[in-house]
Formats: sequence, C-alpha cells, structure tokens
Amino acid sequence: MSASPEITPEIIDKHGITPEEYERIKEVLGREPNFTELGVFSVMWSEHCSYKNSRKELRKFPTTGDRILVKAGEENAGVVDIGDGWAVAFKIESHNHPSAVEPFQGAATGVGGIIRDIFTMGARPVFLMDSLRFGPIEGDSDTAKHNRRLFAGVVAGIAHYGNCIGLPTIAGEVYFDESYNGNPLVNAFCLGVLKHEEIARGAASGVGNPVFYVGAETGRDGLAGAAFASRELTEESKQDRPAVQVGDPFKEKLLLEACLELLASGCVAGIQDMGAAGLTCSTCETASRGGTGVEIEIAKVPQRETGMTAYETLLSESQERMLVIVKKGEEATVRRIFDKWDLPYAEIGSVTDDGMMRVRENGKIVVEIPAKKLADDAPLYDREAAKKVPTPELDLKSVKQADSHESLLRLLATPSIASKRWVWRQYDHMVRVGTVVKPGSDAAVFLVREANKILAATTDCNAIYCKQDPREGARIAVAEAARNLACSGAVPLASTDNLNFGNPHKPENFLQLREAVEGMAEACRYFDTPVTGGNVSLYNESPAGAIDPTPTVGMVGVIADEKHITTQAFKNAGDVVILLGDLGDELGASHYLKVIHGRKEGRPPRLDYATEKGIHDAVLSLIRIGLLQSAHDCAEGGIAVAVAECCLSADKPLGATIRLDAEGLRDDQVLFNESQSRILVSVKRANAAATLSLLAWRGISAKRLGEVGGTDLKIAVNGRETAWELEPLRAAWMDTIGELMES
Amino acid sequence: MKFAVIRFPGSNCDEDCVHALRALPNVTAELVWHKEEDLSAYDGIVLPGGFSYGDYLRCGAIARFSPVMQAVKKAADEGRIVIGICNGFQILCESRLLPGALVRNRGLHFICESTYVRVETNYTIFTNQGLTGSVLNIPIAHGEGCYMADEETLRDLNVHRQILLRYCDKEGIASEAANPNGSLQNIAGIRNRAGNVFGLMPHPERASEARLGSQDGNVIFRSVLEWHRRHSPLHS
Repeated sequence: MSASPEITPEIIDKHGITPEEYERIKEVLGREPNFTELGVFSVMWSEHCSYKNSRKELRKFPTTGDRILVKAGEENAGVVDIGDGWAVAFKIESHNHPSAVEPFQGAATGVGGIIRDIFTMGARPVFLMDSLRFGPIEGDSDTAKHNRRLFAGVVAGIAHYGNCIGLPTIAGEVYFDESYNGNPLVNAFCLGVLKHEEIARGAASGVGNPVFYVGAETGRDGLAGAAFASRELTEESKQDRPAVQVGDPFKEKLLLEACLELLASGCVAGIQDMGAAGLTCSTCETASRGGTGVEIEIAKVPQRETGMTAYETLLSESQERMLVIVKKGEEATVRRIFDKWDLPYAEIGSVTDDGMMRVRENGKIVVEIPAKKLADDAPLYDREAAKKVPTPELDLKSVKQADSHESLLRLLATPSIASKRWVWRQYDHMVRVGTVVKPGSDAAVFLVREANKILAATTDCNAIYCKQDPREGARIAVAEAARNLACSGAVPLASTDNLNFGNPHKPENFLQLREAVEGMAEACRYFDTPVTGGNVSLYNESPAGAIDPTPTVGMVGVIADEKHITTQAFKNAGDVVILLGDLGDELGASHYLKVIHGRKEGRPPRLDYATEKGIHDAVLSLIRIGLLQSAHDCAEGGIAVAVAECCLSADKPLGATIRLDAEGLRDDQVLFNESQSRILVSVKRANAAATLSLLAWRGISAKRLGEVGGTDLKIAVNGRETAWELEPLRAAWMDTIGELMES
Repeated sequence: MKFAVIRFPGSNCDEDCVHALRALPNVTAELVWHKEEDLSAYDGIVLPGGFSYGDYLRCGAIARFSPVMQAVKKAADEGRIVIGICNGFQILCESRLLPGALVRNRGLHFICESTYVRVETNYTIFTNQGLTGSVLNIPIAHGEGCYMADEETLRDLNVHRQILLRYCDKEGIASEAANPNGSLQNIAGIRNRAGNVFGLMPHPERASEARLGSQDGNVIFRSVLEWHRRHSPLHS
C-alpha cells in the first residue's frame, strides 16, 4: 500500500467534514483517524447515509400501524402485511446527482439499487415505478437540447435495467419545469412480495459466523458516490463522472436469484446490499444492528482492478454486490448456490463480539472504528429555517382570460400533462403477466400471482404547489396519491417518500423541508398510510438555484376483488358523467396559470381532509356496488383536462357533452381550476339517479355534468359552449412528447 | 403433453410461459436449467423471452453455445416441437435452427405494446386453431425484433409457407404503419422448413387471460396441443 496522505485541514475539508465533525471523530476514536478511516467517516456521515440534516425532521412521520411488520429505518425497506400470511416490502430512492452527469448509467444504477434494497429483505421484487423531473424539453435552446438528452438517457437507462432484469415498470410520473434545469430528479420505486416468515434481517448476528462477499467484483467506479450526492451540482460536476457507477442488470438478475435461493435455504444469519458507501456501509450497519463487530480482510475482496488501496476498496460503489452473514457450518451451501449462478463470492471475514468495524489489509489493521458510533452516531443538525412568509393569493383580475379552445389544446400538449406513452412504451410493463391496468391510468394495478393479491400503486407530487406552499403541497401529494388509489378501486395501505430539496444550509430551503415533512406527516396520519421508509436527497441545486421542493409520495393499496378494478377511460357512449365534489374556483399555482400565462404564483388549492376522505370512501363504495364505469381524479389542468383524458384514454377516443354551471365565475376559472377533492366518474344511464341519491345520502356533494358520446368533446360553461374535435385533442395529448423527442 | 421451458440465467419470461401452459388442459410444464444436456423426456420445448446471458453483445449469440442448445438441436432434428418466443426466437436464429436474423428495432427504442398479427396460414402445428387471415392481439416487448433475411431466404420462406404471423392493423392489413419494428415484409413469426420449429417476437404467454387484455396467445398453445393430440400414439 502506498503511504497514506497526511491528514491536513484541506484534506478534511475535501471530504466534506467540518472542523467540529473532525473533533467528534477524534472523540469516537480516542485518537486521530488515518486517511482510510477519514474516508470511511466521510461517507457514513454524509447526508446521503446519515440523514444528519433531515433525521430530526423525519422523526415526525407516522411509522407504525397494525399492518407494519418492519418499521421505517429498521432495515433496508419497510415491510407491510397484505393479509393471508403475505407481505410487501417497498421503497423509493433517488439517483438525482448521478443522472445529472451520466443520465443512462445514473438512472440504470438507481433502479439496480432500489431492487437490491427490496430483495435484501427476502422479498421477490415484482414491479417498479419511477418519478422523474426534468427542465423544459421544448425549443431549440441549448438548455432544451440538453434536457431532451437527459430525459432520453434516463428513460433508456431505466428501460435497460428494468427490462433486462425482468421487472415490469408499471407506473410513474414525469414533470418538466425550469427549476430542474441542470438538476433532474430520478426517483425509482420497487415493490417486492414475501411471506411473513421470510423477512430477512440486515444484522451481523452470531459471533464467529463467517461474512461472505457475493456478487460483482469491486472496481474504482462510484468512488465516494454518497459524498458526491451530498454536494450541490456545479459546472465542475462533470468531472465527478467517475463517481457514477456502471450497472450490469444481468449480473443483478443472477444476484437476485442466487440470494433468494440462499435465503430460502435457511443458512443466512444476516444480509445487506452494498449500495451507497458500499462495503463500508454494509459492514458497519450490519454490525451496528447486530450489536456485534465485524472484521474483514480487504485482500480477500474480489477485485476487478489491480492496485486498489484499502481506501478505494472500502469506498467503491461498484454495483451488484451483497454482504451475507452465513450461519457457521453452512459455507458449502453458499458455494453451491453461487457456483450454480456463476457468481463471484469470497469469505472475507467474520462476526466478532467487540463492537468494532475492523478492516485488515494483508493482516495489518487499516480501519478500527466502533461500528455503532460510525453507523448511528453521526452528528444531527437543527438547521436554521427561514421565517415563514404566507404566500399571497393570486389576484385573478391580473390574469387575462385566455381562449378556452386553445387553452385546453395547449394544456394537453404541455409535456407535464401530455400522455407519457413515449416513456412507458420503452419499459417492459407486461413481464410477470400481472399488469391488469397498464400505465396511463390514475394508478397501475398489478396482480401478484404468488400471493393472489391485487395491488395498486402510484407516485405523486405537484412541485408547483410545494414551491408556493410546501406544507399544503405535501399534504396534497399524499391526498392525491390516496385519491388515485381510490379511483382504481384500492384501499391505501402505506406510503414511502422521496424528499428532494435544495441545500439545507440555506434557511429558505430548510424551511421548505420542514414544512413539507410536517404537511406530509399530518396527511399520512389522516389517511392512515404510515411511512415505511424512503429517501432524502438534498443539495439539488444547479448554478441557477435550488429545485422546486419535490416531496414525492409513493403509495400502495390493495384491491379486495378483481371486479373492483376501475380505470379512468370512458367506456360507452350514453354513459352519464358525474362529478364527486364541487366545481371549484382556485387558479393559484395551477398549470393553466403556468402554461398559458407563464406565471408560477398564488396560493395552491386548499385541502380539506374530511371532504377529501369522504370522496375517497364514496368512490370506493360506488365501485364495490358495481356502479362505476370509470373514475378519474381532477388534477393538473382541472376538470377540462380530466374530461379530455377520460375521452382520450378509451381504446377508441369517445366524445362527451358536459355542462358546467357556476354563476359568477370566469370560464377559465371553471374549466382549469385545480381545487382538490374532485373525482370524475361515469355510470350507465340507468344507474345515474341511484348513484346521485347514494352520494346525497352519504352527504357528498355531486353533480350530473353530462354524458359520454358523440364525435366531439363539448363543454358549456354557464351556457357558452366550446367544442373540440377529438383527433386534434388526441394528437396534442398523445403525440407531443414523441414528436419533441424524435424530431 | 409435456413441455420443457428452458431457463437461461437471464431468462425472465420463463415462469410466465410455465404459468400460461399449465393453465391449459392436459399439460405439464417444467423449468429446465440451461446446463441440462438431455431433453428426451419432453414433447415440446419452449425457449422463453428475456436476456439469456445478458445479451450485451448480440441477443442470443452466447446462448447458442450453451449445453442445453445441443439438446434443443437434437430435439428439433428428431421432429419434436420447439417454440422460441422473443429472445427464444433470437436464439433459434443465432443457432441456425431458423433462417434470418433479428436486429435493432427501426427507431432504436425498446418497444413494449399491444400489437396485432395476422395468421398467414393455419395449416401448421402452431396455428391450426386459428383461421388463415384471422387477426390475433398479442403484445410485443423487445429492442431487437426487426426481422432481416436475404432475398433468397425471403423467397423461400414465402414459397414454403414458412411465414406464420405478420404484423398488421386491427383490420388485418399488414401495412407499414402497423409494423412496429421495421421487420421485412412485416414478419412476426416463422417456422423452419420441416415445420416443427417456430420462432415469434410477440409474447403469446402475455395474452393468455382475459384480465391481461387478450387471450389470443392461447391460439398458438392450443394449436400445438391439438396437433400433439392428433399425432400422439395413443390417439386412434
């Protein structure tokens, strides 16, 4: 080994460690750290691994409930009971920074990482979702071209990994906004299924048990990626490309099958994937959870490159690797299974009783740190939050009323609202023969054949709302996720969140984080969807500033009976269209304001929990009785966009005739307001009266708006009718993204 | 009828195929590991979709050298039934059990979507339960499914009625617009000259239940079962 560099204040600073943190390291060790140990601390105490700036906030989330089998933070992913002895493990995780500098590999390895988090729990991964954000992709500017390149690269990277490993990508969301210029968001979600007794633990239990390294060899890729992810992106970030890992989905497929086979054999005492901070994180976390120590010999680690130092080997984030603690005497089982799958493996150490993470290099100790202190005792910070300033209401008089006909066409063609068919057509969304509702409806619906359960899943976040009022925006993100599940016939079970924010050292950013977490926590309590885990991604800034706060919610629900599966598409001409909820009037922070008037301002719509929950319960009860032909929530673009989507989602587009009577309101206000707690349903004509009286009996505000049919979409506002031919509407909604990307 | 569904390490439609086959009457279907060298116990062999050995080089290029492919070739030579779906079709072409090659889709993207294919002839092991000219709704999911062959091969395929499925629109017109990947002559599936080896890009196992949106894929599986029933020694 070459001589370690001397520890200087510059080297400490380069590792992102503050002078106070360095003092704390010396306290933990009772001495000065060596260079390798400094590297180990720098990744473990980075925001990415320790959540040092956000952990105090995260404690506000509800994490318990009757159905929660493994709580958030306990293990790599939470586990939730779905009945009959079956459970699901799911989680969402970001790969924003790597995707900004290398979109294809950044996104691909993001998918790989979240899949490992799930099978580490002993669950068989069954489907994926993705929540993506990019800068605008329209136009000829260099920025737009770059955004298109990032978008194309990320989608291709997700497709590459998910398609090859054989997991369907069944849902997700993509939004475009200037605030993501230079800092796209890539949040990947994976769900797996397991029996209650199959839950695997990431603890190094059983002193003397051998520690195995399995999977791909370690190289220099992804060196200190966790630390890279905990900085702002700058012009120089491109030089960090070596911090991005390279994904090999075929190897991960082998690793997945081999690990599940190994877990089924009963010889595993503990298992943990090597994700962020690689070998370092997996050794100290397993030791910390087990209340034990782990000692490994670095020379035994399978290596792809020669001449790697202990520092490099410990901090590498090479993909497709796992750490397995095997019950003593069962070593032959590991060899048999990993030989079968032609995967590298090595016994690299053992579990000890002294609580130390000890690393040797050819026998000589190079790292010796108390594991628990390293894993769990990172400093926690109360960052300074700016003072909350209420967002002013939108002054409607300042908004010139735009032409209704043109506005709807433009809204449908805006990439954030337009159909994402160009995206999900590139994802294998049908493998595992369980996708009963394909991408493009409110929530994807998947039949998990192993468990004979039908699950619905969605991800949601309107970042304009969050920018304008992070607390209200986060509450709405949770409510909308639950609403989407209700529309597809599902009862929400639990949620996972991906908190994407700017640099927490800036008080205005920290205020956004705190407000969003508190709003989200409150809403998750109200809808009884405890948070099972998730991910925090801070430092999402480019030279132009921070991204809009984007606290993405992933939510999973169960559909009790196959007959309850409902989609957003209108089904038959002659069906009656009914609105659950009020016509609304709130245009603040709306897409109409942004797309048509170029203004991102005003207070977002207000959420009333009781009204919202009442609507969810009502739509579910109508679904259970068998009254609904379709259900779709009103979101970006308001009722006009929602009706158009119902028309255009049908196999062959269907027209509709709609009447909206709201005296005293402007046309644009009626058509495009984004007031919450509204669901658009269609029912057979013969059932319309019964549906309305059931809703009245439940005390739910509801209106008959019109009916499905005809060759046009006609909407009359206070008696003034506008008609749209279906084909131009379809083209605007369906073809826009493809045309932008393929031209 | 007894099926082997070959499991290469990167197969990912293997269990889907087993599931679809087992749902049919009088069928047993088993996963068979790619290191197996003997397939004599099976009446039919399915090479399922996926990424056999990662396929970073050329789809199916490595699979052709696997131990099990020697056994598949032997079975094909003996006249037993072999079906290659998606990656399985690519492997059959790489192994020269079927002519031509499957290259990168026109437009270069991976495409997963519902497609329509027309039955070009029903006088075959694989399509006898459909009508010639009938349209089946079966999805595709591939990055390299553009069928290419030289002119002589194409002529032979046509002359010997080896083209069993062509991409078409809902009405059965094999137009350019209905061709998802740029395949020559809209070819979606072909058989060998002897008639017992069939490769197709669409995934019949994904169209095997009404709740998946289509059951048309079962036409292929039921055709094989019907042919086997008529030709089995027990049938009189």
